[in-house]
Amino acid sequence: MKKTYQIEVDCANCANLMEEAAQKTAGVAAATVNFMTQKMTVEFGEGADEKTVMKAVVKACKRIEPDCEIEV
Amino acid sequence: MTKKQKKTLLRIAVTAGMLVVLELLPWEALPWGGVWRLVGYLAAYLLIGYDILRKAWRGICSRRVFDENFLMAVATVGAFGLAVYTHSGDYLEGVAVMLFYQIGEWFQSWAVGRSRKNISQLMDIRPDYANVERDGVLERVDPDTVAVGTVIVVQPGEKIPIDGIVEEGASTINTAALTGESLPRTAKVGDEVISGCVNMTGVLKLRTTKAFGESTVSKILDLVENASSRKSRSEDFISRFARVYTPAVCYSALALAVLPPVISLLLGAEAGWGVWLYRALTFLVASCPCALVISIPLSFFAGIGGASREGVLVKGSSYLEGLSKVRRVAFDKTGTLTEGVFEVNAIHHSPLAEEQLLEVAALAESASSHPISKSIRKACGKEPDRSRVADIEEIGGNGVTAVVDGVPVAVGNDKLMERLGIVYKPCHHVGTIVHVAVDGQYAGHILISDRVKPSAKEAVAALKRAGVEKTIMLTGDARAVAEQVAGELGVDQVYAQLLPGDKVEKVEALLEEPGGRLAFVGDGVNDAPVLSRADIGIAMGAMGSDAAIEAADVVLMDDDPMKISRALEISRKCLRVVYENIVFAIGVKLACLALVALGVTGMWAAVFADVGVMILAILNAIRCLRP
Repeated sequence: MKKTYQIEVDCANCANLMEEAAQKTAGVAAATVNFMTQKMTVEFGEGADEKTVMKAVVKACKRIEPDCEIEV
Repeated sequence: MTKKQKKTLLRIAVTAGMLVVLELLPWEALPWGGVWRLVGYLAAYLLIGYDILRKAWRGICSRRVFDENFLMAVATVGAFGLAVYTHSGDYLEGVAVMLFYQIGEWFQSWAVGRSRKNISQLMDIRPDYANVERDGVLERVDPDTVAVGTVIVVQPGEKIPIDGIVEEGASTINTAALTGESLPRTAKVGDEVISGCVNMTGVLKLRTTKAFGESTVSKILDLVENASSRKSRSEDFISRFARVYTPAVCYSALALAVLPPVISLLLGAEAGWGVWLYRALTFLVASCPCALVISIPLSFFAGIGGASREGVLVKGSSYLEGLSKVRRVAFDKTGTLTEGVFEVNAIHHSPLAEEQLLEVAALAESASSHPISKSIRKACGKEPDRSRVADIEEIGGNGVTAVVDGVPVAVGNDKLMERLGIVYKPCHHVGTIVHVAVDGQYAGHILISDRVKPSAKEAVAALKRAGVEKTIMLTGDARAVAEQVAGELGVDQVYAQLLPGDKVEKVEALLEEPGGRLAFVGDGVNDAPVLSRADIGIAMGAMGSDAAIEAADVVLMDDDPMKISRALEISRKCLRVVYENIVFAIGVKLACLALVALGVTGMWAAVFADVGVMILAILNAIRCLRP
């Protein structure tokens, strides 16, 4: 399953780091952050629960960039 | 401006004001002046830099040091510490560097936000509402809620929200937002219109043929918005570069702080710790890779935006990059280089009047749905009167026999004539030959051929000018037809009589050959496997086939072959800007770092250089938008 979330992030480098953090989160098969359209696309792994995974993704991203917002 | 930007701007203004006051106050005259001065500057420093310090601290806590916040924190705290330690009282520098850094960050955020908005606006074809008539009153509803088969009303000046067929009214519609074609089209009753176009002159009533989510405009938006999810090699390079670069810079700074003093000590000279520590800090400040990291994706984004304005949809920056490297272009013939519409070109050897022959043939073919039959009926000009025809028999791969006005008629190819034992005259023209026999006597033949698109020849020439080394045509058509078309257009190589499966094999064989990247241009549904197999698949006239859009990497909204070379030019320009930015940003950065290490440049200049490079790189990236 693939879903796209609206995000808010100020710098391109932070967006790259967020992408990396999201990719490393358990339950995420693939993740891309598009800085230009301010969107994060997450592909969930087999049997992963969207809500818990996204919670972990948000937490991981906040650790990298406290200013970022992800609209789940 | 966002809320955050406003807040930062306020902080910048207040800090700047504080600095002016702090510089002007006569500290020596005050009791405890030195201490108060330090407190004042510290307050200013914390005001402008608290978020950076906090982020740096969090970075250290999560064992992720070496980001730009960390660099700024170390540099400015270092500058402050140095000023206290050496009793120089030069606190201004640390605060000012932080201030400049924040100004730079603010500007970056503002400029990027603006260009993002500008580009997004270009691609904004999303209709917000649909007008549905209920009990004689027009009601604005969310297009998502409109069911297939509903009648919607589109007023002049409004966007057509959903694909449909005109039920009532006539108008001209502007397709520029979708195709880049500025010439408006007319729409009258019975015409199919696509969403995303703007209705210009008259009120149209449409019966929708698709749901909003399936409509052209939704598909295009989906395509454009998800475009950048596939990253190009250049972008990957930047990500990898940034990952290596920051630690490398930190270790270089450390070396700069430690090695020269130690060497001086060993040589018996004075160590000069202060000087080298200062240079190392400046080195850190100057090292931020922002310009690079920001300008590359921005360039691609602008390139994709600029292309979409011309009716060229690129599905991602990696495809834009791939497109710029294309050296060979393979075309499908029918529908790509030719209209894909068969037309009666000539009638030969007929003892009857031409209209009469066409009429007889059209009547005999009246039950057939073959494109050839359709073209004969079209050339005849009137609807065939079915009551005049009897005993229609279709002989697969041969033609048709029938009784027209009580006379037996045969219409078909060479094989049909041979089968019926009728002596026919072969044709020396290229195309599809339809022989007609009336009452067992040969009555001449009709020459039917596909028309070459008016811009096809110019399009092939333009590709050559754009640096394409080889053009290839793949077609299922007969060899003679294929070669004639290829000769006329100046295509280098022809593969004819290919079945759809053969096309894939041919493209695979071509991919094996040396000669650079291969793009395949096609339109039909049976092209989809070939489109996905080629290095770059370009789908044309995208209004038609969903499968082709799905499989293609680049989608041309209309079916003008000139757009192929246009797409190539746009991609080349964008990639040129990308390389310029990479070389420029890295070059200036390294030069700055060298100057700092040699002690030529101070901290302020270093920060200014950083912001300057970034602004120039952003301006350069925006160039991609204007073709």
